[in-house]
Amino acid sequence: MTLFGHRVPMMSSLLVWCLLWELIGRLDLMFLVPPFTAVLAAMVELVQSRQFLAATAITLRSFAVGMALAIVVGVALGVLMGRFRAADRLLGMWVNLFVSAPLSALVPILMILFGLGDTTIIATVFMFAVWIIVLDTQAGVKHISGSLVEMSKSFGAKPRDVYLKILLWAALPEILAGIRLGMIRGVKGVVIGQLLVSVIGYGELFELYSRNFLMERFWALTILVFAFAILVSELVGAIEKRIEYYAGVRQ
Amino acid sequence: MQAVLPRAWETPVPAKPDNIVEVRGLSKFYGSFEALKEIDLDFPRGELISLLGPSGCGKTTLLKMIAGLLQPTAGQVLVKGKPVTGPGPERAFVFQDFALMPWATVIRNVAFGLELRGMPKAQRHEIARRYIAEVGLAGFEERYPHELSGGMRQRVGLARALAVDADVLLMDEPFSAVDEQTRRKFQEDLLSLRRVQRKTFIFVTHSIEEAVYVSDRIVLLSRRPGRVSRIIEPDIPRDGTPDEIRRDRRYLDTIEDIWDGLKRFVD
Amino acid sequence: MSQLLARGTGMPVGPTPSFIRWIATRDHTLFWRLLSLALFCGAWEVAGQIPVNYALPPFSQTFMAFVGMLADGSLLSAYATTLQPLVIGIVISAVIGVAVGVLMGLRPLAEWLAAPVFIVMQAAPMAALIPLITFVYGIGMTSKVLAVTVLALPVIVLNCYKAVRNVNPSLVAMCRSFQGTRWQQVAKIVIPDASPLIFAGLRLGISAGFIGIVLAELLITPTGIGDLITYHRSVANYAEMYATIASIIVFSAVTVGGLQRLEVSLFRPEKREIA
Repeated sequence: MTLFGHRVPMMSSLLVWCLLWELIGRLDLMFLVPPFTAVLAAMVELVQSRQFLAATAITLRSFAVGMALAIVVGVALGVLMGRFRAADRLLGMWVNLFVSAPLSALVPILMILFGLGDTTIIATVFMFAVWIIVLDTQAGVKHISGSLVEMSKSFGAKPRDVYLKILLWAALPEILAGIRLGMIRGVKGVVIGQLLVSVIGYGELFELYSRNFLMERFWALTILVFAFAILVSELVGAIEKRIEYYAGVRQ
Repeated sequence: MQAVLPRAWETPVPAKPDNIVEVRGLSKFYGSFEALKEIDLDFPRGELISLLGPSGCGKTTLLKMIAGLLQPTAGQVLVKGKPVTGPGPERAFVFQDFALMPWATVIRNVAFGLELRGMPKAQRHEIARRYIAEVGLAGFEERYPHELSGGMRQRVGLARALAVDADVLLMDEPFSAVDEQTRRKFQEDLLSLRRVQRKTFIFVTHSIEEAVYVSDRIVLLSRRPGRVSRIIEPDIPRDGTPDEIRRDRRYLDTIEDIWDGLKRFVD
Repeated sequence: MSQLLARGTGMPVGPTPSFIRWIATRDHTLFWRLLSLALFCGAWEVAGQIPVNYALPPFSQTFMAFVGMLADGSLLSAYATTLQPLVIGIVISAVIGVAVGVLMGLRPLAEWLAAPVFIVMQAAPMAALIPLITFVYGIGMTSKVLAVTVLALPVIVLNCYKAVRNVNPSLVAMCRSFQGTRWQQVAKIVIPDASPLIFAGLRLGISAGFIGIVLAELLITPTGIGDLITYHRSVANYAEMYATIASIIVFSAVTVGGLQRLEVSLFRPEKREIA
């Protein structure tokens, strides 16, 4: 949008919403909306509390382990499906099923299989993130021009080189897009997993705060989690942009 | 395309060609980039005038300003003596990429200009049917654009422009997205259309051969910023067969002449 | 089975074994689907029979539990309970979402005000708000409808918005060149040209709505499918629990897949036009 001839940055409208929030909070219209400044104050307090730091450590660890597994398995499966038709046809159905399925329904199964602990959360993150990575990697590998592989073979590349030096790099833009979407899903997975297990990490805190009407803390935590989700996706988005220069040439 | 429309004969042809479109001191900036600089041009009624130049010379920009789709930074365009402020009923545009609505049948696409004017369906379909036949697409009325070849799609675009019965047809590289054979057929059709329709055609192209083959007058534009570098009136016999014309000395010389002038703009 | 299928597809008889040739030369989506399904169920059965985990019933047992729940009507009544807030939530999201999305695509002010909010909503784990929704609106219908809306709305809005922004500019110019009014431009060009993407957004919204309703029923209030899952888990009827979960996943996949089919038959022919 432009105002008085100047381009107004898109995200700046969030400030307007924060102001509105503050106003509603000040007027005491709704109990569940405390003033925005009070939420900010609670946030400062929150990030210093030991409870929060412990929950953050647990949450970050589950997220990182789950994502790492999802990326390794997802990229490997995706490359497999992109290269071999049989793998594509055997697995494609399941990937497409799970990529849009209500995976939160699976969390109770994970809970009885892995118990009410970290493992369940890691498995949830993995389940949420892996399918979109598989799908995007497969699409990326499938659309690599055949002449690129033929070129590398004509220069004497071994199968191993073809995978590590050509396929992975040529499909990198799609793989990164998949990882970015996977990260967003992974953050949702970690939150949903913890909410359903409700005895560890942020899930426990969310339970605690909403049960005890600690609205400032609840919103502070929510904003922090949201900010983390956006940060993670922006980070991968920035890496994506950096490799865009050759991705653009390819098209 | 030989369907004969009576009004072509009813309109008396003036002895001295009056200018239906006049361009006065037209400039266009995109930010600090000067696309067109102080263009002055006259477009006599009933002629086919080509705007020819290297890519990036602003010929499409000029055409879109005549159409009223773009606003000039300075100067103005007069159509029938009145300044242009936007698109108007006396001008119709033929798009390079056809701009057909993919969800609409051929007949609805052709009748679209009339539909926007609020003409009743039966009436506008009758008119549309006539022009579909004129461009040689009779029988394709209920087809969708994706079922047609590129050449046929552009015929639909042409029929749509003809259906609103404008005085001036503005054509933006209309044949550039079709293959060479279709293109030549189109050029013949354009010439015969011109004989029966007595409309003014302003035609943007980057093909020298095409411009020389179909035009009464060629406006050569230079680049950075776009200015009028020359106006050529090809002196080519129009009574021969296409083959004879394309082998005619004067036709070939004119092409060479223009190419000599344009060479230095090619990078 | 190979002979039967081969005859059905007009397989020419040759020197190589017909089955191998048949596999190599033709595209047999159905065959591969069945094979894939058989392998999956087989693996499940074996893992359940060993058993890999005490809480993993074999496929056969799960399937029998599914049939049993169908027969005693508990599954159907659970679906009736679950689908009601889902449908209401989707309808609300669709109406609001399409209106807001189209407005955002057309008006820079609306875009500036609303786009960041929905971008944040789509990237953020909105599920975190479900405990709050419960807290405010209790454990009734309103909460469940809200849970669905909160998850489905952002994706519908953003798709609509992108759809309107990506309308073919050439068609818009065409409409202007024939002196179409702003209103005609929106009604006759923008909306029809954007409709395939808008519809795709609705499909994604329904997919998100399924996640919302399952979460709501697991977190907020034990009713419908969520109740079946929670109840059978609590009494260690694992086969019934697995059957319920598998059924909701398949149900959602079939619904979304059906919509995708519908989409292709409604819009694809004209989409091919853009060359």
